[in-house]
Amino acid sequence: MRIDCKHVWEHISAYIDGEVDAGLRAEIDRHLETCEICSAVLDSTRNVVVLVADERVFELPAGFSERLHARLDEELETAGSS
Amino acid sequence: MSRRTCGRGGCGPDRAIVQISKPRKRVQSAARPTPAQTQPLMMTASNPEFERECIRRILAGEGQLFHLLIKPCERAVYFLLLSLLRNEAEAEDAAQETAIKVYRNLHLFRGDSQFRTWVLSIARNEGLGRLRKAENRREDSLDALAEDQAGDFTPAILMSWREVPAEALERKELGALLRQAIDGLPEIYRNVVLLRDIEEMDVRETAAALGITEGAVKVRLHRARALLQRDLAPKLKGFAPRRARLLRWGA
Repeated sequence: MRIDCKHVWEHISAYIDGEVDAGLRAEIDRHLETCEICSAVLDSTRNVVVLVADERVFELPAGFSERLHARLDEELETAGSS
Repeated sequence: MSRRTCGRGGCGPDRAIVQISKPRKRVQSAARPTPAQTQPLMMTASNPEFERECIRRILAGEGQLFHLLIKPCERAVYFLLLSLLRNEAEAEDAAQETAIKVYRNLHLFRGDSQFRTWVLSIARNEGLGRLRKAENRREDSLDALAEDQAGDFTPAILMSWREVPAEALERKELGALLRQAIDGLPEIYRNVVLLRDIEEMDVRETAAALGITEGAVKVRLHRARALLQRDLAPKLKGFAPRRARLLRWGA
């Protein structure tokens, strides 16, 4: 059975995460060898996933951790004195 | 795909190894616990051994160890709350409230799930509670709406793709573009992307933190990635390195 582009798109996320079974993976790989569109869709999706995971994209606000732990210290002091 | 092997929040130079000292009396000083006496434990975002020992000692009176216990969870807590509340100041306040609730209820943690999962479920309840209070909307009705809608998750059709390397993130506008795209996702997809792709939690932990099934995590993640690809792929092309100009060396 040869799978079509739409079928490949439905499994792209699972394919990226290595969560498709061996048979389906082989089918998708075979499709990708000859389909430029699906290869580009896969590469671009994977590229997006890698970029959004970069720690430079989402950074905690400056001083967030210090403020959090200062407030925790207040709580700990209250708990310790009660 | 290059996935980081070390979860964020657990591998910084200031927290690579924490030594756990023997039980002692309640620490009254505001000073952080210092590396000390006995058995070294790797402190990572998911080190159950460290967590168990830490919790036992906090409950025995070493309250200051709570700083170390909660630290690896900070990022995920904040960004989950930011995703829910869409407001940085409120997300930060809610993150602080979450940490305090976790401390006060630490005796209730049974270890059935990962500690971070438990913390995130408290954060989620904190966020949803605030949303309900503000009467913005109800999550359950939003969930039903979003899950019922079939939606169009067709990716952007491309004939070729030139990879945008991570170095391109040195350009501030790229980070802004990515944040904007994630911010534009429906909430149920945004939460899953945040925990799975940004905080790199596994499917099971994500499902437990969000109170949904593992199947729903996979479906939502797939849809979220498809929406992000469709939104971002055309815009990211401009960030790909230009093709080498073969004649330039001779110019």
